[in-house]
Amino acid sequence: MKELKLMKGNEAFAEAAIRAGVDGYFGYPITPQSEVLEYLMAQKPYEQTGMVVLQAESEVAAINMVYGGAACGKKVVTSSSSPGISLKMEGISYLAGAELPAVILNVVRGGPGLGTIQPSQSDYFQATKGGGHGDYRLIVLAPASVQEMADFVGLGFDLAFKYRTPVMVLSDGVIGQMMEKVELEPQVTRRTNEEVAAQCPWATTGRPVNGPHRIITSLELDSAKQEIHNHKLQNKYKEIEEQETRFETIGCDDADYLFVAFGSSARICQKAVQIARAKGIKVGLLRPITLFPFPSKAIDSYSKQVKGILTVEMNAGQMVEDVMLAVNGKVKVAHFGRFGGIIPTPDEVVKALETKIIGG
Amino acid sequence: MVETFDKPEIRTPENLVYSKTKVLTDNVLSYCPGCGHGTTHRLVAEVIEEMGIQNNTIGVAPVGCSVLAYNFFDIDMQQAAHGRAPALATAIKRLLPERFVFTYQGDGDLAAIGTAETIHACNRGENIVIIFVNNGIYGMTGGQMAPTTLPGMPTSTSPYGRDTQIMGNPLKITELVAQLPGTYMVTRQAVHTPAAVRKAKKAIRQAFENQILNKGVSFVEVVSNCNSGWKLPPVKANEWMVNHMFPFYPLGDIKINGEMVK
Amino acid sequence: MTEEIIIAGFGGQGVLSMGKILAYSGIMQNQEVSWMPSYGPEMRGGTANVTVILSDERISSPILNQFDTAIILNQQSMDKFEKTVKPGGTLLYDPNGITKHPSRTDIQIYKITAAEAAAQMGSAKTFNMIVLGAFLKLKPLVKMENVEKGLAKSLPARHHKLIPMNMEAITKGAEIVEKV
Repeated sequence: MKELKLMKGNEAFAEAAIRAGVDGYFGYPITPQSEVLEYLMAQKPYEQTGMVVLQAESEVAAINMVYGGAACGKKVVTSSSSPGISLKMEGISYLAGAELPAVILNVVRGGPGLGTIQPSQSDYFQATKGGGHGDYRLIVLAPASVQEMADFVGLGFDLAFKYRTPVMVLSDGVIGQMMEKVELEPQVTRRTNEEVAAQCPWATTGRPVNGPHRIITSLELDSAKQEIHNHKLQNKYKEIEEQETRFETIGCDDADYLFVAFGSSARICQKAVQIARAKGIKVGLLRPITLFPFPSKAIDSYSKQVKGILTVEMNAGQMVEDVMLAVNGKVKVAHFGRFGGIIPTPDEVVKALETKIIGG
Repeated sequence: MVETFDKPEIRTPENLVYSKTKVLTDNVLSYCPGCGHGTTHRLVAEVIEEMGIQNNTIGVAPVGCSVLAYNFFDIDMQQAAHGRAPALATAIKRLLPERFVFTYQGDGDLAAIGTAETIHACNRGENIVIIFVNNGIYGMTGGQMAPTTLPGMPTSTSPYGRDTQIMGNPLKITELVAQLPGTYMVTRQAVHTPAAVRKAKKAIRQAFENQILNKGVSFVEVVSNCNSGWKLPPVKANEWMVNHMFPFYPLGDIKINGEMVK
Repeated sequence: MTEEIIIAGFGGQGVLSMGKILAYSGIMQNQEVSWMPSYGPEMRGGTANVTVILSDERISSPILNQFDTAIILNQQSMDKFEKTVKPGGTLLYDPNGITKHPSRTDIQIYKITAAEAAAQMGSAKTFNMIVLGAFLKLKPLVKMENVEKGLAKSLPARHHKLIPMNMEAITKGAEIVEKV
């Protein structure tokens, strides 16, 4: 039975983690995501499901705890916000290199540096283009509602284990802090050690009696082998692009113009669509749900239909580059953004459409 | 002319006095001849075999000379980012509390870049074993100054000797972690003589057995040599270790059964 | 029906929890809801505000620059939010501590002397429920039975004994709200 609750995005993520049968959460407080750790500590899931919850000494330690747990085949999760995610980038690169499944939540705040605690989407590049060192990709899910904050825990783990790769849930201060109605999945029982061992024969759960021993590492000093490993990773990312691209369209069928926006910006654009249509401007919204893989084909499919595309982002223009690559010059693309923790208003978005695309 | 020693007729079970532990693989060790890592590996592996926990132990390899330790121990192992082994071990032990979990780390990994992870894992009292091999130098990267490099000791990044006025002081992290309530056993050993090897093995065995008690970190430092980094032949390196390292890093138990040794 | 509301005042006045109870009441009535707080260093004593939206449809932006109703509980919030009420919209405020009263003529303005009434009721904690009662009198978006259910949902079980007092405060607010 699904349960209906009013929750903050951060709390919904935490509750969904308990219900998804997550084995361990390792985190460190930072605004605006501290409710994840606070909620888990208040709920004491270690008494209900046996889920381990630990406040680490730093974001660095937390992501490496995730590595240790993921290497045992366990469902492990961490959360942070931008400056903390920067600290985790080393560990995320190791997770990707060692092909370990994990879910990492980034409730983005404005930067650079210590920046601001207010919402932002300025970690798009960091999440989708690497962030850490080396040729790797994360699957990046961008929730636009509290419901998706909850849903993407389960989806995140499905994808993480299917492809043995870390998944980032790229949220922001709006989605993390707002409360909405959320339908929660029923409690899933945590997998037993035997089930983990059967599902994850690669995991270091104790050497099988008949061997061989399992090694989790991202190191390969032989360049020829390291190149083969890199090819394997790239093939996996290609498969992910083919299989896992997700997006939503609103009002696109008859659209003359298109907004492309993710996360909370997409919510603002939904309102902007209503305002613009009331003024007689036929505009639709394409909302990428996966930022990697990016819905390039879907966006390109509108390049003949629409007269212009406006990306709306709470950053200085990051996703706009992927939209431009997707349409490859076939249609005009512009960016509208507010940053530093300022959230664009629906009216501003409509005005930007009028000035940058329609009249521009 | 080299005479090969191959006398199959004497290789009989009744003549067997020593055999390599099955918990070490047949891979050729990547350590320099004379280095203490090989012996320390052997002791850890023998303890695992003797305790019958080969299939119930998870090890964590560091960054440094022993980065490839996972190729030498025939147990499930993880390789950690530089300095983070105690964080990995924390999660492994908490998620699989019935497993024996240890980290194997050098001085740069444990006492410089990983200081925070070391201190906090020790302070939380994680129920793990930490094997800390201290040779006062970064061996793998070519002999740079380590947090444990002695005052006056030359390295490639302190070529005129460690000037503590400029470069700061060596860190006695073992004495430091002994002060923390989460450590149950803290000892400093060496593996340069048969007697030292026997004592070190006893300490490692005790450390692993302590995990059954669930009383916190058992921390075994092995003061070791680095003949490549120190630019000394193995015997001289050991002499230098006895004359210079031991006075600064005195061998012996520091904390036993949760009590400081007087 | 879509009602877009800003509630703004001092931290500690119960601004956020009032919004939460309203949102929960909406859920009890099968409405779509969103609750978006200002967050950050505004702890007790600083300013706090929350945007609450109740709707029969999927809610688009949880963040708005114009509102159907502004509920204003201190002067800083009056300075900031009086101008954000849509023409024809509603402004509800407690005159306690207000030095510059609202002056717009294209909106409906109501006042609720909630601080005073709470003092009379002997519990400062009823303040926000008196304000909520006033609001629900002006905009009966949710039935009282659903408000009571919303209260039960948003208060921890150990505080459920306070529900009758809160309902009483809501009734009081509805009684004393007056048009300016």
